[in-house]
Amino acid sequence: MSTYTTNEMMTVAAARRLPDGAVCFVGIGLPSTAANLARLTSAPNVVLIYESGPIGAKPTVLPLSIGDGELAETADTVVSTPEIFRYWLQGGRVDVGFLGAAQIDRFANLNTTVIGPYDAPKTRLPGAGGAPEIAGSAKEVFIIMRQSKRAFVDKLDFVTSVGHMDGGDARQRAGLPGKGPQVVVTDLCVMEPDAVTHELTVMSIHPGITREQIIEATGWPIKFAANVVETLVPQASELETLRALQERTDAAHGKQEGAE
Amino acid sequence: MADICSLREAVSGLIHDGDTVAMEGFTHLIPHAAGHEVIRQGKRDLALVRMTPDLIYDQLIGAGCATSLRFSWGGNPGVGSLHRLRDAVEKGWPHPLAIREHSHADMANAYVAGASGLPFAVLRGYIGSDLPKVNDSIRFIDCPYTGETLATTPAVRPDVTVIHAQQADRQGNVLLWGILGVQKEAALAAKKVIVTVEEIVDKLDAPANACILPKWVISAVCHVPRGATPSYAHGYYERDNRFYLAWDAIARNRDAFTAWIQRHILDTDDFEGFLRVHAESQPEVSA
Repeated sequence: MSTYTTNEMMTVAAARRLPDGAVCFVGIGLPSTAANLARLTSAPNVVLIYESGPIGAKPTVLPLSIGDGELAETADTVVSTPEIFRYWLQGGRVDVGFLGAAQIDRFANLNTTVIGPYDAPKTRLPGAGGAPEIAGSAKEVFIIMRQSKRAFVDKLDFVTSVGHMDGGDARQRAGLPGKGPQVVVTDLCVMEPDAVTHELTVMSIHPGITREQIIEATGWPIKFAANVVETLVPQASELETLRALQERTDAAHGKQEGAE
Repeated sequence: MADICSLREAVSGLIHDGDTVAMEGFTHLIPHAAGHEVIRQGKRDLALVRMTPDLIYDQLIGAGCATSLRFSWGGNPGVGSLHRLRDAVEKGWPHPLAIREHSHADMANAYVAGASGLPFAVLRGYIGSDLPKVNDSIRFIDCPYTGETLATTPAVRPDVTVIHAQQADRQGNVLLWGILGVQKEAALAAKKVIVTVEEIVDKLDAPANACILPKWVISAVCHVPRGATPSYAHGYYERDNRFYLAWDAIARNRDAFTAWIQRHILDTDDFEGFLRVHAESQPEVSA
């Protein structure tokens, strides 16, 4: 069996969740990597939409920015940014919004704005981008991010994009059109919201990872499903495709450190 | 009617201290040359608007040209932070910057409202988000037909919008293609429009539905080859990803930033001069 990194496990596990043929609104960084891996493996008919305007993008290398020329050149069509948000996202054409974040809470609300108080920030993050309306209007939301106590927090410093709010049927009562986050994939495990409380619950644990590691990397008392399973290890074909994609990307852009 | 002139003339005649200025371009076609010229001419107190401030506004903010910023995503794409933006917000250097932050959908709708002559835009957004708590220009209304709660945002109405495009013809009609972002809306929302172009051609060879801005909505067209560098111009040159990476180290430090601005912008006459100095210093910064 081949060895793999925790990042590779996370990307592969996230890619597998994307249904073939889904229309997917993709954030840059980890979501874009996972969505393109899905397109090259289990979901060849997935339609990738990027907020800069490309619809049906099929990049051979991963974009460094959300508006890379590669996305336009490989797309079925390129529309304006207002059209993307008005007709395609708000119009209800997006099945899956694929997002990352700096912080997440137990109900999968997301922070990409600020760490610390808004007026005196400890760390100023880039901000909202397309995420608030993707989180609201996509039929489902998938989240991919590395797990640590700093990222998986008891209370968000700022709610940029809405998940299940304070749980239960809060989201439905607020009148949000989409179902909200349906899965969170990390480098340690896969979580899904509980059917009733909508609190994130560990459903599968990546091979070699312990429950203690997950508890240790979560800022609230994390719940485990009664029938937690082990995540299927990355298959040779998945790893081969992912590594080839990364190699092509590195060759095109130069190797990136900490690129998101 | 579009005046074909130098970028120096366009910036000096059309952009004034205190103006609301939008320089748009979504990763693609970012009008960097025009941003430099605004710094070179020492414009002050600008109210800047742009979805993604990018390096162009990091430079303007760090050079002290701006007093406020309306935006929706303030990072260095694929690299990390915009350090000059952060320094202005967190430490008030070189002076405090008032920020009003929105989402992309909001900004895109706000430009559409501006281009449509409406005072505000309506969108389904922000429910459950803290953004309306820190930006009182984001408000909510009840739909008069269904009762649904919808968000509103004030239209963007710039005094001047600046964009970069691939081509203009000799009358000043402008053609752009590839990723178009909000440029058309930003141009039509503004009182005055400056367009820098890669090339001036005899005839725009464009199909019927191409994105063309007719000469009569444009104030000035300026021929500035490579004027979007380090962003890209589809069909002309690629994004200089290495410079986006190198900018991180330049912008992280106030002295390094000030020295870079001095050498590359203030000590050069125009964008051609910048490109010459930039070519000399590129190996140094990426080494």
